[in-house]
Amino acid sequence: MIENNRLSKEQYEENFADIHPPFENITAAKVDANRCLFCYDAPCTKSCPTEIDVPKFIKQISTENIKGSAKTIFSSNIMGAGCSKVCPVEKLCEGACVYNLLEEEPIPIAKLQRYSTEIAMEKNWQLFERKQSTGKKVAIVGAGPAGLSCAHALSREGIDCTIYEKESKGGGLMTYGIAAYKVTPQFCEDEVNYILSIGGIEIKYNQELGKDVTLAQLKKEYDAVYLGIGVGVARQLDIPGENLEGVVDAINFIYDISAKGYSTVPVGDKVAVIGMGMTAIDAATQAKCLGAKEVTMLYRRTQEEMPCTEVELNIAKKDGCKIVWLASPQKIKGAQKKVKQLVCSVMKLGEPDVSGRRSPVDTGETFTLDVDMVIKAAGQVPFEKLIKKYNLDNKYGKLIIDNNCATNIKGVFAGGDAVNGGKEVVDAVQAGKDGAFSILKYLGVKN
Amino acid sequence: MADIRSNFLGIKSPNPYWLASAPPTDKKYNVLRAFEAGWGGVVWKTLGSQVKNVSSRYSAVDFNGGRMMGFNNIELISDRPLDINLKEIAECIKLFPDRALVVSLMADNDKKSWHELIKKVEDTGAHGLELNFGCPHGMTERGMGAAVGQDPDIACMVVEWVMEAANIPVITKLTPNVHSVVPTGRSVVKAGTNALSLINTIQSVTGVDLDTLVPNPYVAGKSVFGGYCGPAVKPIALKFLTTIAQDELTKTVPVSGIGGVSTWKDAVEFMLLGASNVQVCTAAMKYGFRIIDDLCDGLNNWMDEKGFNTLDDFIGKSVDTITHWEDLDINYHHIAKINQDKCIHCGLCYIACEDTSHQSINIHLYVPFSWQHFME
Repeated sequence: MIENNRLSKEQYEENFADIHPPFENITAAKVDANRCLFCYDAPCTKSCPTEIDVPKFIKQISTENIKGSAKTIFSSNIMGAGCSKVCPVEKLCEGACVYNLLEEEPIPIAKLQRYSTEIAMEKNWQLFERKQSTGKKVAIVGAGPAGLSCAHALSREGIDCTIYEKESKGGGLMTYGIAAYKVTPQFCEDEVNYILSIGGIEIKYNQELGKDVTLAQLKKEYDAVYLGIGVGVARQLDIPGENLEGVVDAINFIYDISAKGYSTVPVGDKVAVIGMGMTAIDAATQAKCLGAKEVTMLYRRTQEEMPCTEVELNIAKKDGCKIVWLASPQKIKGAQKKVKQLVCSVMKLGEPDVSGRRSPVDTGETFTLDVDMVIKAAGQVPFEKLIKKYNLDNKYGKLIIDNNCATNIKGVFAGGDAVNGGKEVVDAVQAGKDGAFSILKYLGVKN
Repeated sequence: MADIRSNFLGIKSPNPYWLASAPPTDKKYNVLRAFEAGWGGVVWKTLGSQVKNVSSRYSAVDFNGGRMMGFNNIELISDRPLDINLKEIAECIKLFPDRALVVSLMADNDKKSWHELIKKVEDTGAHGLELNFGCPHGMTERGMGAAVGQDPDIACMVVEWVMEAANIPVITKLTPNVHSVVPTGRSVVKAGTNALSLINTIQSVTGVDLDTLVPNPYVAGKSVFGGYCGPAVKPIALKFLTTIAQDELTKTVPVSGIGGVSTWKDAVEFMLLGASNVQVCTAAMKYGFRIIDDLCDGLNNWMDEKGFNTLDDFIGKSVDTITHWEDLDINYHHIAKINQDKCIHCGLCYIACEDTSHQSINIHLYVPFSWQHFME
């Protein structure tokens, strides 16, 4: 049965408690900061998409120069606070820490980054000064990580930025698509406000491109346009029964938990989650947190090919989620319009596909799971229709840009998930920086 | 098991570890706890005229996340009434007759005061006297402590007074706040002291509080130079010790080594450079008396491993290895052993060589892990 309000307030609080608690004080932070070897040409920095100078900011914590430390982080990554909570650091900075080669615990880089950035946000330290206005205006579509990062970098150089956001809150997938035990809606709002506090950036909410505003309008009114529109729609399974009551989209499910409150979100007794990316993990673990009795994650390939990291997989396992490899949903059976069963094909691995991963092949065998809820987390697809409508060059709906982040339309730039099809927040932040750099060149503000 | 019993001028103790004259040896309660824990002996906190202390009177120096690399104090000699101290000393000796009980003294600067004080202390049954010629603060302004130790002639005079009255062994404690401890050392040996101990604390400013802009320790908006001790001073203490161990005159008397002894290894180093035993304070103040277990155990295991049966088998063994620079072998070469398999790509060898040495290492930048190449 699908129902909400399954747990007590205390149980919800406990289930959704911060998964990576922060350092409680400077003394605790310094213990780990002092372990850092202060590597030269450090692997952690090189493995960060935004190239945060990690040894430098950690050294600054060890000298109690927290303001300097925060500035080092934000100079490279204006969403450094959020990234410290959501980055899959095990495959980025912490995975590259030289301590791994000594078979020692790596430096808790994310936790240290969180320490400095949270203090900076709490004290509202203004670390960047906006240059005098150049009079140039740039429109940015999407107030997600790419758009915000682009806007901040432009505003610093004296560009006036206007962001058009289709939702009523900023932050993009940071706000709408990440588990509540990693970031809270309040944190996301605070982070957006902190980024905007530099000035020179206006966000127009509930303004959707192609509906409330057109690309032609933006091109006319602004000196340049940056498209940080991300990816939108959840990939359809295209199987019978997809419209039954109890089939939900993972992003919507995650959004409701963050935005509407734990107790209001309904969850089934027996939940199947399709997919094995970060979003699938966030959906499955949170279904458990909401009180689902049984959560089964289904993936059509094996652990070798899964998109999520092992750390993430372990979170799901620890929460008691069952994992079924080599299973592809075939049809959803229902009764009285409600989900009752999920029929899956048993797969085997065949030849490598375009992604280089071995592609799953149907063995012809099937099995059936009794479920009352199916959460779709098989990836998101780009806004293909919108992109094609504006004749923007694309590949399966993913925008094509040149080395200067420019699309085929003059003065229109793009970056983030809309271009790469969906990567980490930190990748989008870097894309926003790159976009801003190109736009500044294009506007003749920098060369 | 090696024999770690110590015999210092006939003052016997089950191990070579004495607690130095300081807060831990200020009263009976602490001293009994120390003896129960297993300490070989104590040097009772300095007795003299009645004084009154300020508060606060300690401050510490931390280093790279490690607590208390060094420590300083602006505390004076014992601020408890003399008769209570004397009574408690006698009681401690009765309860633990197998331990060494030496009493530190700093009388007013006249012969009569010294003679009176020595008589009273000897009546307690104490095993020895240690003359505090080293305290660098508070007492020097009154012509005592380091003011005596810094002037070989005054030190000589006071030791002569002491030797006239003393019937038990006399140890003279030297101050490191001089360019060399040898002149005072020679002077007091000539005057008849039976032994030396060193070092006392080093005058210091441990740091300045960046909020109040007043150095530590903070006493109502002011501070003074304090006596520095703890692990940070060990290298300096070892140097002073070696000069005493190498001088023809001063090496004729036993030396009690003091200055940053925290572990059995530190103790062994002091003894290798000529100390007959060691005194400990800061480490005990930081961790409590229980550290005596490992101080003894580690020493014992090391002696067994090296085949030393008694302390005398290795005391002073390294003294002759410290020579003059011009006697070093100019043809001796020390070359780094490089094992690329052990490289963790921290890049620190490269940057150290590049910035501060002779540019002998190349690095491949901007690859996930930096690779270094060493020029032969």
